[in-house]
Amino acid sequence: MPDIDTSLASRPPLTAKHFASDQEPKWCPGCGDHAVLQQLKNVMPDLGVPPEDIVFISGIGCSSRLPYYLATYGVHGIHGRALPMASGLKTSRPELSVWVATGDGDALSIGGNHFIHTLRRNIDLNVVLFNNEIYGLTKGQYSPTTKVGLKTVTSPLGVIDHPFNTATLTLGAGGSFFARAMDRDGKVLRAILHRAATHRGTSLVEIYQHCPIFNNSAFEAFAGQENKDESTVYVEHDMPLVFGKFRQKGIRLDGSTPVVVDLFKGDVSESDLWIHDEKDSFKANLLARFFDDPLTVENFLPRPFGIFYAEDRLTYEDALEAQIALTQEQGEGSMEELLVGDNSYIIK
Amino acid sequence: MSEPISSTSKFTVTPKTSVSVLFAGDSGDGMQLTGTQFANTVAVYGADLNTFPNFPSEIRAPAGTVAGVSGFQLQFGSKPVYTPGARFDVMVAMNAAALKAKLKELHRGGIIIACTDGFDEKNLRLAGYKADEANPLEDGTLSNYIVFPVPVLQLTREALKDSGLSHKEIDRCKNMFILGLLYWLYSLPIDVTVEMLHAKFGKNATIAEANIRAIKAGYFFGDETEIFANLGRFDISPSKQHGTYRRVTGNEACAIGLTAAAKKAGLNLFLGSYPITPATEILQTLAKMKKFGVKTFQAEDEIAGIVSSIGAAYGGALAATNTSGPGLALKTEALGLAVMLELPLVVINVQRGGPSTGLPTKPEQSDLMMAMYGRHGDAPMPILAAHSPVDCFYTTYEASRIAIEHMTPVICLTDGYLALSSEPWKVESAENLSDINPHFSTERSPEDPPFLPYKRDERHVRPWAIPGTKGLEHRIGGLEKQHETGHVSTDPDNHELMTRLRAEKIEKIADSIPLQTIDNGPDKGDLLILGWGSSYGAIKTAVEQALEKGHSVAHAHLRYLNPFPKNLGELMGNFRQVLIPENNSGQLVHLIRDKYLFAPVSFTKVKGLPFNEMEILEKITDIIKEH
Repeated sequence: MPDIDTSLASRPPLTAKHFASDQEPKWCPGCGDHAVLQQLKNVMPDLGVPPEDIVFISGIGCSSRLPYYLATYGVHGIHGRALPMASGLKTSRPELSVWVATGDGDALSIGGNHFIHTLRRNIDLNVVLFNNEIYGLTKGQYSPTTKVGLKTVTSPLGVIDHPFNTATLTLGAGGSFFARAMDRDGKVLRAILHRAATHRGTSLVEIYQHCPIFNNSAFEAFAGQENKDESTVYVEHDMPLVFGKFRQKGIRLDGSTPVVVDLFKGDVSESDLWIHDEKDSFKANLLARFFDDPLTVENFLPRPFGIFYAEDRLTYEDALEAQIALTQEQGEGSMEELLVGDNSYIIK
Repeated sequence: MSEPISSTSKFTVTPKTSVSVLFAGDSGDGMQLTGTQFANTVAVYGADLNTFPNFPSEIRAPAGTVAGVSGFQLQFGSKPVYTPGARFDVMVAMNAAALKAKLKELHRGGIIIACTDGFDEKNLRLAGYKADEANPLEDGTLSNYIVFPVPVLQLTREALKDSGLSHKEIDRCKNMFILGLLYWLYSLPIDVTVEMLHAKFGKNATIAEANIRAIKAGYFFGDETEIFANLGRFDISPSKQHGTYRRVTGNEACAIGLTAAAKKAGLNLFLGSYPITPATEILQTLAKMKKFGVKTFQAEDEIAGIVSSIGAAYGGALAATNTSGPGLALKTEALGLAVMLELPLVVINVQRGGPSTGLPTKPEQSDLMMAMYGRHGDAPMPILAAHSPVDCFYTTYEASRIAIEHMTPVICLTDGYLALSSEPWKVESAENLSDINPHFSTERSPEDPPFLPYKRDERHVRPWAIPGTKGLEHRIGGLEKQHETGHVSTDPDNHELMTRLRAEKIEKIADSIPLQTIDNGPDKGDLLILGWGSSYGAIKTAVEQALEKGHSVAHAHLRYLNPFPKNLGELMGNFRQVLIPENNSGQLVHLIRDKYLFAPVSFTKVKGLPFNEMEILEKITDIIKEH
């Protein structure tokens, strides 16, 4: 096996362009996937990892075409199975930077089992989950994240399935990192992708991704100029939960109940607010439950974006390497030892 | 001998060439341990042997019932032994249920050593003997057999009464009493078991000593009582050539074969796997092989098992997955991906009775068609089959070689019979193992022409380009790829070309595998028995006997089921008839008829039981008689 050259010093500095493959993206005009691809290309040069040490693995769906457009190693696998493929690769080659591009159908429906088990193992993967709340590639069927009531080709009278909340699912499965971003919010997305890359463990980044063809209004409540300020809150470590066009609103914990408070009234100040702590799993779980639909719920809690949770926890591959090292204290077993085994006998 | 033991030699000692023994009792009677110890002693003594455990499907079936009977069968001999024996010569029955469950497999005139304590009223009732039925040990129904009723429990208690053990602990030693008695009967040394007991109970000398006393008590019981006076003792002379041996089961041999192949190829071994009977011991054995750099990944399901392995293969590992029928069914989509990606992958399928959950603990050879055709699209794949526990090593090794050198997934078929059977293996020396050469593409600079991940060599094999290699960054996937560049392509002519190239790649493997040989018998004649898989021992033994009778029969056993060896058609053409015995409804027959356009005779058995030599011999005799 060739040694990996991690020294980038001898090469010209990498730019986003170096990470563009020779293939033209075939996504629809206006699709959020373009924006996510751009931010991935932007963040790659910042990671200090040479392109040959980066692998993108994907399943099936619009977003799973992503590996073809990046000039790294890549495998476009089968539906739902990107995570186990990435897990096998990372376990076998821990020195590689392994990324997964997946969608709401790929990760949460057909690949749901792999999703929860990958998270609990905490293999050091960077998972970019493009959530457009619809099946795009197969032309518009509802997905496990589609809102109740949406009329699609397979739900002509409206969806009756209760949708998954990716955040609670991730934390419930024992995920060590969860962040949410909006496709068109480039700056935040880039920062989150960078953090995901440096987090050791499975980093789950859910991206609300616009599908202009089949689910055009899915994220309007959180994205439109009108609504965004009042319906979303951006969480940052050590910072109070403040939102609103004039930063006039905050979230305070009343016992374990989050309450929206008016900071302009004068009776509550920022120091009374919920201070975000990425290491606090209890608070992360509360935050994950902010899942109101601002269009249908009165006194809704704003939808959080940013890094909810980032826990330092031993990764699967590190634990495995440690066990191997322990058994090899006296050196790796030789072929002869292997063949003879420990229960052999000699006939004279 | 570390524990000298002497007998008064007042009994006659009859030499025997081979004997088949069954230890049968309740799940809690320690029959697997007893059988294993007997087998170890026989192995170290230098006789050939073949063992087969036969345990209940339930983890803890009700004690004393027929469902709870656990058996351990072995045949050993001064000549090569290929099966655990079609029928037992000797049967140890620890209780009435054991006798009831296994009597039909005892030779007429065979020996029954019955533990009388297991034939009391309660045991008879649990075994299903009706209240008005007499004790089978006493009612004369066993007059066709030689029966030795031995109050094993009572004698063990007596021998260990001042051992310091509790009643419960003493009772647990009764299997050692039986073991000692059998050692005496077959003139075998007790020291191998004594050493094991010291090693196992090192910290608890009282228990070790008690067990040893129980063995000796059993041994001297044989020597001192008169009940064996008419029978005497037996002796099987050691036959093995000098050398280092180990006893392996088929599943262990698969695990060793994979690890050896990885070492020889200079790769790391990765096994992605999900537990399934009867394949799990491969995962368990490899999980203990971290010292050899082996990585096992117990996946969340069968699909993740194979797909994680495909990921590891992409990264340059020797990747494998092991499973049984239902698991192989779940893996089929991923097998298609491996065919498309053209990455090395070894899939060990330990066949069991199907379809569906079927007979999970019983062997069958009914996944050949699934191995051959069980994928969507035209997705050919090499198939190999192992024929004995030891051969599981060589076949797995060869499957790994083909996978790596031909950049393809390979299916390696074994079955539940091979998986759990064991036999002595004269340990292979590392130099004798064939070389395995992975062809990794090497670094390229921007001035070089673009890397072509699907540019094939003369064998149609594409290069292995693994992450971490500068200048080879490329994207592959399950979508059809353009010839050479590997870019996504829906071009009609390209798809036809790629489909043909993938098939030819598999066909060309026939250039690198050995020609088919005749295992036993003449090159030309009346009847060829063409076998595959675990029927080897039964066919081998039957053909030996048929040849002794002067019949014109031969035996050839296929390891390569796809592609077939190049000379197979010619080889079969030298016989007037070809008989194919299979533990399925005739799957190999289909493949042979399809390829060679003639009609072999199909001989099938679908009972969840392997063939035995008597059945094969009878079939041979029938066919010969017809002419």
